[in-house]
Amino acid sequence: MIAYLCAIGIVALIYCLLALGLNLQFGLTRLVNFGVVAFFAVGAYTSGLLSLKGLPLPACFVAAGVLSGLLALPIGLLSLRLRDDYLAIVTLGFSEAVRITIQQESWLTHGVQGLPGLPKLFAAWGPGASDMAIFAVLAFVVGLVCWGTVRLTRSPFGRLLKAIGDDEAALSALGKDPARFKVQVFMLGAALAGVAGAFYAHFITFITPEQFIPLITFYVWMGLVMGGSGTVRGAMFGSLLLMVFLEGSRFAKDWVPGVSEVGMASLRLAAVGLALILVTLYRPNGLFGGKAK
Amino acid sequence: MSMLQVEAVTRLFGGFKAVDDVSLQLAENEVLGIAGTNGAGKSTLFAAIAGQQPADSGRIAFAGQDITRLPPHRRARLGLVRTFQIPREFKSLTVHENLMAAAANPQGERLVNAFFQTRSLREHEAQLAAKADGILQFLNLARVRDVPAGGLSGGQKKLVELGRVLMLDPRCILLDEPFAGVNPVLIDEICDRVRELQGRGIAFIVIEHHLQALKALSHRMIVMDRGRILAEGDPHTVLDDPRVQEAYMGGVV
Repeated sequence: MIAYLCAIGIVALIYCLLALGLNLQFGLTRLVNFGVVAFFAVGAYTSGLLSLKGLPLPACFVAAGVLSGLLALPIGLLSLRLRDDYLAIVTLGFSEAVRITIQQESWLTHGVQGLPGLPKLFAAWGPGASDMAIFAVLAFVVGLVCWGTVRLTRSPFGRLLKAIGDDEAALSALGKDPARFKVQVFMLGAALAGVAGAFYAHFITFITPEQFIPLITFYVWMGLVMGGSGTVRGAMFGSLLLMVFLEGSRFAKDWVPGVSEVGMASLRLAAVGLALILVTLYRPNGLFGGKAK
Repeated sequence: MSMLQVEAVTRLFGGFKAVDDVSLQLAENEVLGIAGTNGAGKSTLFAAIAGQQPADSGRIAFAGQDITRLPPHRRARLGLVRTFQIPREFKSLTVHENLMAAAANPQGERLVNAFFQTRSLREHEAQLAAKADGILQFLNLARVRDVPAGGLSGGQKKLVELGRVLMLDPRCILLDEPFAGVNPVLIDEICDRVRELQGRGIAFIVIEHHLQALKALSHRMIVMDRGRILAEGDPHTVLDDPRVQEAYMGGVV
């Protein structure tokens, strides 16, 4: 049971990291990024492939963050011209393009067979202890990112991000060029997703293209929107709540008679969907995002 | 010497000439009023001058520099700023933060400096904060300093917009309908502030439908109709012009 909880906790923290990245992009700056999973995937594959080449894991993690961040540069530049729904479509398309590229370019990525046997973080400590250690390190990293986000939100830089989110044209009429800030925040959020991907790769130890479908992006969105975008506690608690829903419904089947395992998986999604509708109806700013204005 | 020169500016929307061959000059320290019916092209003229909708033809010069093709933020940095007809406050920022977001602070606004603030940056930020507080005092907004700007009244939002542009130490302010939806007491207050700022050497162009207030405020007036300048000159003369009365008030007044 402890092992199970620990594994769930790790996945939840990975979602937290993704949500914190998206929070910078959407929560503060209102950039609609529907391609979260692309940067997650690039992080996972970068770190995975480099580790198989024998690079030490810390270096792999750094490379995962840097490469994902760099990959966000062209998308960030696109976001200068596209807004809202257009940016959403482009980023969604981009994430599918990334997934299919990973699937097809098997000389590099081993295609649909994926990358088995990736080195696990803290593997030397034994199976139980290594999960605990991963959880602890992830918790530390997530805590650091939370602190950084709060710090950033209160800084002049964060103030401008919120101003861009509110009214970009008004900001440019005040002598500020929103372009640089938007690109930077896009890259920063993507780098976080890349690091999250590296954690995922070296926890699961086996990654395939099919793990990086757009559903992941929308889980991250659901968590952020339910929790309350724009705040650290919204991103955190929303992601944890989503995990409770996704995992908790596994246990619910003991109480719901006459539903098969497969039926339960669908019910689970239905429950998440219903929760999302109720939250947006009654708490449009999210459960932890403060009262609606 | 004229601070702002607009020469034969035209702005098209499709085949429609929203601004049609408009020329005007603004002297330093001058308040120029612009009146005209809805759709006369007043706000589009502002957008051409401030850069949101660049001129399709013609030339605009500010302080001796050709700015016809400059993006809006570059024009603002030269000291040519505008407010908007429908207030565009940063609604999730407080009133004070709205002003701070406008302050020129390129060093402090760098991403790395969000995490590592040196002492000089903190001091600079504190200076700007004090300046913002001074402006809030001046505009009678100190009471709502820490209120999210989205929750203010329409008139207060207009003042926040004015406060924001003042953070840039502008040389010329374009005010788009500063009195729309503003109660009479606040109108007088805004007029007083504009006069005071004009006394400090800031030039204004003011678009307004509230003709009495505009007449009292302006040194000179322009009336626009269908994208063109219909009449120009001393406020009293302009408003008494029969063509203006015909176009603007349907000849009723």
